[in-house]
Amino acid sequence: MSTFRSASGGLIDRSRPLKFTFDGKVFQGCRGDTLASALLANGVHLVGRSFKYHRPRGILTAGSAEPNALVGVWRDSARYAPNLRATQVELYEGLQAESQNRWPNLALDVGAINALLGPFVPAGFYYKTFMWPRRFWKTVYEPLIRARAGLGRAPRLADPDRYASRFAHCDVLVIGAGPAGLAAARAAADGGARVMLCDEQAQFGGALLDNPAAVIDGRTGGDWLRDVLATLSQNPRVTLLPRSTAFGYFPHNLIGINERLTDHLAAPPAHLPRERLWQVRAREVVLAAGALERPLVFPGNDRPGIMLAGAARTYLHRYGVRCGSRAVVVAGCDEAYQAALDLQTAGVTIASIVDPRARTEGAWREAARGAGLPLQEQRTVLGTLGTLRVSGVHLGRIGANGQDVTPAGTVHCDLVLISGGYTPCIHLFSQSRGKLAWSEQLQAFLSGAAAERVRCAGACHGVYGLAAAIADGVAAGVGAARGERPADVEHLSAANGTLGALPAARHPRGKAFVDWQNDVTAADLALAMREGFRSIEHVKRYTTTGMATDQGKSSNLNALAIVAKHQGKSIPQVGLTTFRMPYTPVSFGSMASRTRGDLFDPVRATPIHGWAQEHGAVFENVALWKRARYFPRAAEDMHAAVARECLAVRRQCGIFDASTLGKIEVVGRDAATFMNRMYVNSWTKLAVGRTRYGIMLREDGFILDDGVVARTAEDRFHVTTTTGGAAGVLARMEDYLQTEWADLSVWLTSTTEQWAVIAVQGPAAREVLQQLVEDIDLAPAALPHMAVARGRICGVPLLLFRVSFSGELGFEANVPADYGRAVWEAIYSAGQGFGITPYGTETMHVLRAEKGYIIVGQDTDGTVTADDVGLGWAIAHAKLDFVGKRSLDRPALRSAHRKQLVGLLTADPQVVLDEGAQIIATPAQQCPMKLIGHVSSSYHSAALGRSIALALVVGGRERTGETLYVPMPGRDIAVQVTSPVFYDPKGERLNG
Amino acid sequence: MAEPAALRRTAQIPSIAGVRLLAPTGRFILRGASSVIRAAAAALDIKLAARACRASHAQGRALLWLGPDEYLLLGAEPGTPPLTSRLEAALQGQPHALVDVSHRQTGLEVAGAHAVEILSSGCPLDLDMGAFPIDMCTRTVFAKAEIVLWRTAADAFRVEVWRSFTDYVARFLADAAREH
Repeated sequence: MSTFRSASGGLIDRSRPLKFTFDGKVFQGCRGDTLASALLANGVHLVGRSFKYHRPRGILTAGSAEPNALVGVWRDSARYAPNLRATQVELYEGLQAESQNRWPNLALDVGAINALLGPFVPAGFYYKTFMWPRRFWKTVYEPLIRARAGLGRAPRLADPDRYASRFAHCDVLVIGAGPAGLAAARAAADGGARVMLCDEQAQFGGALLDNPAAVIDGRTGGDWLRDVLATLSQNPRVTLLPRSTAFGYFPHNLIGINERLTDHLAAPPAHLPRERLWQVRAREVVLAAGALERPLVFPGNDRPGIMLAGAARTYLHRYGVRCGSRAVVVAGCDEAYQAALDLQTAGVTIASIVDPRARTEGAWREAARGAGLPLQEQRTVLGTLGTLRVSGVHLGRIGANGQDVTPAGTVHCDLVLISGGYTPCIHLFSQSRGKLAWSEQLQAFLSGAAAERVRCAGACHGVYGLAAAIADGVAAGVGAARGERPADVEHLSAANGTLGALPAARHPRGKAFVDWQNDVTAADLALAMREGFRSIEHVKRYTTTGMATDQGKSSNLNALAIVAKHQGKSIPQVGLTTFRMPYTPVSFGSMASRTRGDLFDPVRATPIHGWAQEHGAVFENVALWKRARYFPRAAEDMHAAVARECLAVRRQCGIFDASTLGKIEVVGRDAATFMNRMYVNSWTKLAVGRTRYGIMLREDGFILDDGVVARTAEDRFHVTTTTGGAAGVLARMEDYLQTEWADLSVWLTSTTEQWAVIAVQGPAAREVLQQLVEDIDLAPAALPHMAVARGRICGVPLLLFRVSFSGELGFEANVPADYGRAVWEAIYSAGQGFGITPYGTETMHVLRAEKGYIIVGQDTDGTVTADDVGLGWAIAHAKLDFVGKRSLDRPALRSAHRKQLVGLLTADPQVVLDEGAQIIATPAQQCPMKLIGHVSSSYHSAALGRSIALALVVGGRERTGETLYVPMPGRDIAVQVTSPVFYDPKGERLNG
Repeated sequence: MAEPAALRRTAQIPSIAGVRLLAPTGRFILRGASSVIRAAAAALDIKLAARACRASHAQGRALLWLGPDEYLLLGAEPGTPPLTSRLEAALQGQPHALVDVSHRQTGLEVAGAHAVEILSSGCPLDLDMGAFPIDMCTRTVFAKAEIVLWRTAADAFRVEVWRSFTDYVARFLADAAREH
């Protein structure tokens, strides 16, 4: 064992030594150590360089508030976690860690030149320096700042670990498993509540673990703890979550908890996720998060070897580590005396107890005197000695006025323990939008009026002392289990701490740090106020105090006190900045949990997807669907494949998977009335067995969706929608039905996935289907264009539409989805003698563009009316009303200068315009030119042997025959305005 | 006419401990006033539960409450006209909607000691027996998919999911089941 490790005591297992490396050097620790305690046991205090000045830094705390000891820990090159707090990293055999923000190494760091430049890098340096010249920002300043910015390095490989998520519910969630939290959890569980108890540490017990002398109800603290844990773990209605940080408080008592499952294991089992994100909905929340020890602000207070007094006690009692051999204790509060006494008992020489306070009478002082500890009252620290480790303290005598300071000698030491008292940990209470209230008695912010069903207990409630904290916990647990309002607590203790900076010399030797992690000093705060910043929110942003990843856990109250003193205000007058989630940093992996990679989003595939895959389809994403875009053969590119597929449909027969179309079954006595109100068309006279192309508008009169609608019975419509619009159209229909027309007897059911839809298009379509279809006469007279009939195909139910989105003779066979693949294969097989060709969405787009059929969302953009795209004929103006009807009378929607759908033919037939390209009347005009329209669809048409385009052009239909221009880089492309129907303008092929 | 079962290809899921794909079954969405639902239950020989969010079942058929006027009927054999004919006959003259959704969705069973934990990976509801007892059912979400969830036993749930979301839900469940 090292000279810094005690022979016995603590929670570590000395019989289980562990090897680990820090900055490449091998060390030995024990099972139960944290990285910080193991380094301290090896006498290592220097663990990092500070963010801005690259100052050597040590370990300040023993917990999650640690601002200094940020390290990188890794298992392999992909599993690298930067900025972990060494005070929270549990040691395992073979752990590898490194310090950050230093080059070439920790002891000799070139970046430390920043410290010499310190006077030239004051608060707001970046704001002041990089203002001008403006053009330098992108070329010089930003690259420079980026190269120097950030702390730690991110792994470059994808994270190979798995992250889990879980929703949970409970009656009482207790956050923090110290004495108060344990007591609250047990009391709530005894009251019959479903309880969850979480704590960020590996072991439950909180401050009890640092206090071997604790006595509770006549028993040792250890016995009490074992008893409580046994009771809780045997209760099936209690969930215990160690290594779980409640990091965020969301509305309606939803708490985010980050549970770390494997980071402490040398060999994580493959079946376990690394972390789990819990989303806990709690009826009542008990916050028992304890209190955070405050450092003292004096020059040179950041050297390695200077740490919080309470942290030194934790290292001693929990890990059996003496953090030094000769200590100076700067006691800004009474609790620091206990650290001095405990360390002395453990064999550490206490060189001096320095107390800056005027009145230090009381039990602790007597105890220190009794133990023979040298106590110096009304002293301050004027500076410290040492570079990589503190070696001494310059003391100053505080004058009677509490301000004037005179030198009072130097004390040599290798450890300085500081404590300014404790700050109740009200972060989560503040996150819950609860009001914070300043307690004059305790000199601390406490929870005030709650906004959620939440209460505090123990130290975070301002209730100090073991017995009082446990009693407070019991009261909170009982009250929470019963759902009672929290009672007011009577605070028995009084403030004994120190806030703000210690009295300093007129010209201090060294920087007095307030915020260790962001390198903000008391002088920076003073400068901000000299420069006119008043609001604490502005001071915070200007100096960056409290804005590091520790969110000012150790610095906020001191910063506040300094600002208040400068402004001659009280602390509550200055106010507190807002606490935000996360309480401590949470990994991105945990936030994403399973929502990454294959599970990022559902990928919807049709029943025919497998066939398309086997036949080499190239897919595209349409909403969440995968749709076959084209089926390339051999060396074909998209252009060649689409050209071949188009010609096959025009000349013979194509087969297309249209299963993704949205489908809604509208059923009920008032189905036709409902359809009349939702769509612009008239449905009253649509006969059973017939279909109609329907257009749906928004209230503002613009096209929302379209699709073919079949009347399959007097009281039943089979409505189809666009693929992407399916969910929205159904929701909109339901909305109208439930809020406006509850009197209608009609119901909606989504049948999108009930049907596989196989489009068979082309001159040979009928001959192909005829071989398979039963009970339906496919003859033109029996089943004309826009007819629908029920029958069977391959022995399965068939709903057959005679429709066409290609302009050719066409059918769409709807069969129950599970039969889709078999029926598709049967049709494909039957079509072999007819040149049947599978085609994809790209071919479908070209075919419909050749016919001038629009695609909602491509040729419309939310500002297009039915008349704009030549569909005014569909509107049943005689109807009393339909959604959007009144808007159609707005002058703007009746203007002759609206953009209208036209066709464009380029002068050069081989030039295919860019979709989205702008259109001008003439290139002979000044910039900015008057833009009169844009290209909405543009393809090469194999059937026409040239390019075609659809466009929306101001007054377009009037311009038929005119030459317009599409300006592109380097050239203006001349186009002629035509009808949007390029192919078979009379529509004769439909009736084939 | 019986449908050729050999032609049927249901959605498939990978092998997952505690999760299995249920056999194809008939599914109908039945909508209408409470009198319609009562008449339908009588025609199906099902004693209707009096509460919302409850499944009522008998002889392999179940009526799941999904909304004030919406029920999911499970278990009727697909393509058996006698049942639908019986239903339609019983509902004659009463405004209602009966829509066949047999192929729209897939049935999964999540069962075993860890069923609740596995489902809680993606379902935000409280699945404690006190809050979600046996035969409670509801439409809810599982991760980014909509599902119907029915507790069939203390440690067993039926999940009904739309066909194209089956693969996503199954793979999400598989990942959640890995640690158990």
